[in-house]
Formats: sequence, C-alpha cells, structure tokens
Amino acid sequence: MPMLTYIEAIRQGIWEEMERDDRVFMLGEDIGAYGGAFKLSTGMQEHFGPNRIVDTPLAENAFVGAAIGAAMMGLRPIVEMQFADFISTCYDLIVNYAAKARYRWGAGVPIVIRGPSGGGVHGGPFHSNNPEIAFVHTPGLKVVVPATAYDAKGLIKAAIRDPDPVLYFEHKLLYRRIKEDVPAEDYVVPLGQARTARTGKDISIITYGAMVYTALEAAEKLAQEGDGVDVEVVDLRSLVPLDSEAVLASVRKTNRVILLHEDTRTAGFAGELAAQMASDAFDYLDAPVLRVTAPDCPVPYSPPLEEAFLPQAADVMAAVRRLMAY
Amino acid sequence: MATVTRELGSQLLYHMKLMRELEHRIENLYRQGKIVGGVFFGRGQEAISAGSAILTGPEDVVCPCHRDLAAFLIRGMPPWVVLAHYLGRKDGPTRGRDGNTHMGALPLGIISYISSMAAIVPVANGVAFSFQYRKQPNVVLCYFGDGATSRGEWHEALNFGAVFKLPIVYLCNNNQYAYSTPVSRQMAVEHITDRAQGYGIPCQRVDGNDVVAVHDATRKAIARARKGEGPTLLECETFRMTGHSAHDGAEYVPKELLEKWKKKDPILRFEKYLLEHKLLSRRDIDGLYAKVQTEVEAAVTRAEQSPYPDPGELLEGVYALAEKDH
Ligand SMILES: Cc1ncc(C[n+]2csc(CCOP(=O)(O)OP(=O)(O)O)c2C)c(N)n1
Ligand SMILES: [Mg+2]
Repeated sequence: MPMLTYIEAIRQGIWEEMERDDRVFMLGEDIGAYGGAFKLSTGMQEHFGPNRIVDTPLAENAFVGAAIGAAMMGLRPIVEMQFADFISTCYDLIVNYAAKARYRWGAGVPIVIRGPSGGGVHGGPFHSNNPEIAFVHTPGLKVVVPATAYDAKGLIKAAIRDPDPVLYFEHKLLYRRIKEDVPAEDYVVPLGQARTARTGKDISIITYGAMVYTALEAAEKLAQEGDGVDVEVVDLRSLVPLDSEAVLASVRKTNRVILLHEDTRTAGFAGELAAQMASDAFDYLDAPVLRVTAPDCPVPYSPPLEEAFLPQAADVMAAVRRLMAY
Repeated sequence: MATVTRELGSQLLYHMKLMRELEHRIENLYRQGKIVGGVFFGRGQEAISAGSAILTGPEDVVCPCHRDLAAFLIRGMPPWVVLAHYLGRKDGPTRGRDGNTHMGALPLGIISYISSMAAIVPVANGVAFSFQYRKQPNVVLCYFGDGATSRGEWHEALNFGAVFKLPIVYLCNNNQYAYSTPVSRQMAVEHITDRAQGYGIPCQRVDGNDVVAVHDATRKAIARARKGEGPTLLECETFRMTGHSAHDGAEYVPKELLEKWKKKDPILRFEKYLLEHKLLSRRDIDGLYAKVQTEVEAAVTRAEQSPYPDPGELLEGVYALAEKDH
C-alpha cells in the first residue's frame, strides 16, 4: 500500500470522487492554479479544469451560497474554507439555509464544507479555531473530524456521497505530520462509526481529531512509566452522527472515562458526552467523568501561551492518574 | 415595447388578480385567527412577480421573496396548496414546518427563500451556476427588496454573479420601505441601480407598477442571460400598499404617499391598458375576475379540509436517512 500523508489522502479521496462522478466539483479561494493555502488541491485544476476546481472571489457567503444552490439542483459541491475560523462569516447560510432546507421543504443540500481547523501551528486567534460545536448543535448538519490518513480519505468520500450537508474539519497540524498506508483503491469510511485507536481495559479516553495522538502518547507514556494502566482510546471520527453505542460500550468495559478535546471547555462536545455517560452508563462508572479540554479563551499566538492552551499528554496523564486513584 | 397579445394580457391580469385576491383571503384568515404567526403581502406590487415570472420556461428557476406570490402561482403551485401552507396543514409544501411564503418546490422550479433577507441571492447564484456548469440554456429570476440590498450577502452575491457572468436576473422591488425604514435611511446613494453599477452589472430602473414595463425589461434581461452575457439588475420602483406585515399599521408612512401610489395601482392600470388596446373587453375582464373569485373560494374550502400535520412527524426529514427509515 502506498504511504500517504493526511493531506494527500484527502486530495486522493476528492480526486477519486471527481473522477467517479462529474457532479462533484470544488470551489473556494486560491484553490485553482495556486493549489490552495495548504496546497491540498495541487494539480487538480490542471487535471479537472477551471470549471470543476473553481477559484472564487474572497466572499464566503457568495461561494457557500452558490454551493447550496448548485447542490439543490443536483450537483455535489465541495467548499474549501481557507481556514475553518472563517466559517463564522457564512454561519447564516449554513445553519439557516443548508441545515433547514430538507426539513422545511424536502430540498436536500448535499454539500461538503471542508477546511483546516485546530491549533498547534502558532496560527493565532484567527487561524487555529475548532468551530465544530456550533454545527454539532444545529440539527440537519453532519460533522466529521478525521484523525488518520486512512480515515481522512474514507470519510471525505462518505461526506461527498452523503445526501445532507457535511462539515468536514481537517486538523492542519496533521496535514503533513501523519503518513501511513492508505489503499489506492476506492473505499468509504461510513459516518457515525467510531474507531478504537487503542484497546485497553482500565480507562477510556474518548476523543477526536489531533487529540487522538495526544491520548495515544499519554497511553504509551503511562505504560512505559510503569503505572500499569491499560488505556483505551476511542476516536469518534464523526460527531454527528455520533456512535454512542461504541462510546458507551467502551465505558461499560473500563468503568472510567476521560473526555478529551482541543476545543474550549464550556458547552464543548465533552459536555454532551458526559450527559450521555450520566444517563446511559451511570451504573458502570467507578469514578467521576473527567473533561480534558482547552480552557475558555481564544487560541493564543505565542508558543508558550499556545502550549498552555492546548491539552497536552501530561494533562491527560494527570487526569488518568487521578481517576485510577479514585 | 413588446406587443402584448390577448393571450399574454389575460394571463398577466389573471395572475395579478389571483395574487391579490388570494392575499385578501389570507389576510381575512389571519384576522380570524385561522392563520397564525405573521403574514406579509405584495399588495400594489403584483406587476413585478407576475410580469417577470410569466417569462420563465419549464426548466428555468424562480427564487421569489415575501411579496412575490404571483411567481409561485405562475410556476404552478395551486392556490389551495398555498393556503394549506399558510394554514400550517399537511398538504402545504412544507407539511406545516414553515409559514407565509417560506416555501419551495423543486419540480416546479421554485427555490425557497429563507427569512434572513438577501440570503437567497447567493443561493440563487448557485442555481445559475448549475446551469452554467451543465451548459443548460436556463435562467434564474431572483427577487428581493430594497432593504435586502444593504446586506453583505447581497453585495457578495452580486459581485460573484458578475464575475462568473451567471445566467440570472436580479429583481429588486424597491417599495421605498424596509419595515419602517425608508430608502433614504437605507443607503446614501439614490437608487439600487447605483449599487449594482459598482459590480459592473447592467441595470435599469423600471416602473414596477406597470406590468408591461416589467415584462419588457425582464424579457431583455433574460435574453442577455441566456446568451451568456451575464446578470442584469432591474430596480422595479413601487410602493408597499400595506403595513410591513399584517400586524403593522404603518403609521410612519405619509398618507399622501399612499394616496399618490393608489392611483398607480398595477391592476387597474393594466385593465386600462388592455381596454385601450382592445385586447380584452370589460366583459372579458369581469369574467376573468369572477373566475378568480370562484377559484379562491374553492381553494379556501379545500385547504381547510387538509389535516394538520401529525406530531409524530416532528422529527422526520431532518436528515435524509430518517426519511428513508420512515
Ligand atoms: C437578516 C434579517 N434581518 C432582519 C429581518 C427582519 N425583517 C424582515 S423583512 C424586513 C424588511 C425587508 O425590507 P425589504 O428588503 O425592503 O423588503 P420588503 O419587505 O420591503 O419587500 C426586516 C427588517 C430579516 N428577515 N432578516
Ligand atoms: Mg422594501
């Protein structure tokens, strides 16, 4: 199997879908000859032409709106947000138009809005956000958060084929740091199926995106440092639909749970998961449910501040030790 | 000026009158408490949606706004279905999920607007984009008010439409008010056309109470769009002859203005035109109005027989899958 980076895997997924289905096209800022701010679409306009890799004016409402209209007419647009932070500029069209159209009048809006999210690259307050939760909280939208290159390809394909609007949040830290075997052939990772990233029996860490690696790092260190704790890591892959069954099954097995995300704390996704634990796994819990998240502040720029902001393996390890000692 | 035939003349008059009478009935039903929420009317503005939408072919698309009922009727939405929608019944195009003219029907080429003013404009562009993408010779008519032209989405969309030379006609009903705000407080330029010029879009001010003028200007704009020459903006100058919505007494509108515009009523004016040009006789017109009355009464009866939606349907159609499960 060829080794692909996370970003190459996304490109390959989109490329294959565009070969397979001529209704699929991509639009956004600087994605044509330039290949996009992160070079995700390198070579794509040359291959597919300017009608299918479409450079737009700097106007998120204009191109998200255009994608919605084209999708209702039967096309399959993919929108690139140059940075996920800027999705707030077109919030209205996503939550009021795309999310509600099927419910209101039966008009499906099969769009994918994708782009780089997350911190760790010193992007500062406007190039590091994790904006997923606003969309998780909007019925009618799906939210995908790939962690591996294999999943990145399989999930983008599932997102493109999905009949509903999908937000696909890539983690920019992973773009070129993750490289793994990715099958060159067509495969889909269905939305709503979590993945066990590490099997363990003592404690579950439920997480997604780049934090999967933070959790794995913590798990390995704990094993090496002779804590004798066997950590399970569950990678959610998509937040909507959510694989509640897999999450609950893990917690019922280990009886201890940490909810980890890079997004800020208050009303973050961990809060929703904690509520599900409380109602559906209460009898299985041997310790309190702990959240490890970023604190409630914007993502800062300066390296020591950003490091303090982002959940670190040490934070996860401390939480694990606290729960194991409970 | 295009010559209006007897056939076209009676169609235009019929649809303007049908819109007016249907809205009168809607207002009655609202005052009786049978229609809940809010209702908005296009009284005095019927020439705009009728004179333009009548020019669309089966594969063209209209994106009407809240004072454009004639566009829905011309595209084939039956009056009783419109009423069922207002009444929140099961047989409306949103099955009770939405009210007033927040509705669409893909098979009829009607794309629904949403409440956020101007959000439809970028979406309408997307419909036009799909025609361009598939090399279809079709056009989109996109409607909005003067107030909507202050929104960022409108400006982004006009620029986008111009850059892509989309096959679309932007139809502004400048009825001099946005809720209580007069145009002079809406913008520092005099006309909506001044705004369009900034985007390199050909534009024209049209007497919006003269259905022949609207028809003529739209015909030319559609021809341009079909030839691939890009969008046109038509500023149809008119006046809102009701409050903003049925609950609004519009005390802020000077009485003299209403008196002045009453004399320009588009239906009476067109009657006069038809009589003068000997296209229809008084008897023809009276016969046509009698037919409208009968149809409206039958529509009310049929709509009131439509059942309310079953609360068991509450969660249907948020996502495509849920619909399939059903
Ligand atoms: C974004 C947004 N802000 C506020 C409103 C509330 N609102 C509904 S209609 C309206 C005025 C619209 O004026 P105009 O665009 O001129 O259309 P008209 O009603 O005059 O036809 C306002 C303020 C809204 N629907 N959308
Ligand atoms: Mg107005």
